[in-house]
Amino acid sequence: MKLKKSFLYALRHSLPIFAGFIPLGLAYGVLMQNAGYNALWTGATCIFLLAGSLQFLMISFFTSSVSLITVAVMALLVNSRHIFYGISFIEKFRSFGPWKYYLIYTLSDENYSLHCSAKIEEDMDEKWTFIFTATFILLYWTIPSVLGSLIGSLIPFDMTGVDFALTALFVTILLDQMKGAASRIPAAIAVVSSAICLLIFGPGNFILPSLIITVAALTVLRRYIVPEKEDT
Amino acid sequence: MGIDVTRSILIILICGICTYLERALPFVVFHGREVPAAVRYLGKVLPMAIMATLVIYCIKDISFTAPGTCLPYLIGIAVTALVHLWKRNNLLSIALGTAVYMVMVQLIFV
Repeated sequence: MKLKKSFLYALRHSLPIFAGFIPLGLAYGVLMQNAGYNALWTGATCIFLLAGSLQFLMISFFTSSVSLITVAVMALLVNSRHIFYGISFIEKFRSFGPWKYYLIYTLSDENYSLHCSAKIEEDMDEKWTFIFTATFILLYWTIPSVLGSLIGSLIPFDMTGVDFALTALFVTILLDQMKGAASRIPAAIAVVSSAICLLIFGPGNFILPSLIITVAALTVLRRYIVPEKEDT
Repeated sequence: MGIDVTRSILIILICGICTYLERALPFVVFHGREVPAAVRYLGKVLPMAIMATLVIYCIKDISFTAPGTCLPYLIGIAVTALVHLWKRNNLLSIALGTAVYMVMVQLIFV
């Protein structure tokens, strides 16, 4: 029963991401196909990486003659924000046994957001809720990508803009977190730091400096920020 | 079109390993020891900060001098936020916000 409840919760909780991943995955599959890589390559890269923006960048690595060192540096830079995701789950994942490797490997933006906002109730199994969520995300990303590779050019309706579902998801999670928290200073720090870094470093490079400044500011201001409500 | 299989596999391996190393870094650093209070504190306050950063990340390419690029995003986010503050139902807020955004980019600001 606990497993069933966890499964259904993970499905319902992760569904908005499917909407966002359909156009992104289809586009990825089409681009891979055009670059000469068939559905097998597309599916394998999705399962092995689960990293949207890096996978799009990888297509340009395939079709150019950049050095493998450049590939490594670019890969590290593009997903550098992921370094900060595990910090919230160090102790939790430790208690999950070998499954922690699976949850670390799947710790993308989307899984991080869902894990952070999961409301685990008494009759649910926390570990399996996380595992089911991560698996749904992996499927939501892989299936449309493979479909895009196979039949991408035949899709008859205009899906421009469906990927906004991911932006909307982050907005709703942010609002839920702000409601549940005693202090909204972390969100304010992040917005100010992002805006300043966006102006200085530009859209392509702002996120890493912004997160470093945010972590520094959160650390300096620790005594003014109470992470949880007093009664918890 | 011919593809270089060896080079392609090397690129995929490098990208995969780099991504996994980054995702694993906090777990490696604190492997087998007590997590310091300062880091545990960061683990609690970072999700809100990162979610705010990701919202900015999603709209990073908008330009305030070109209404066609910024209005759909700003209105879409406003609709999502207002519906969410009103009903607190994630699926409903996301569906309405996305629908409004799609109408704007497909029909109004083409």
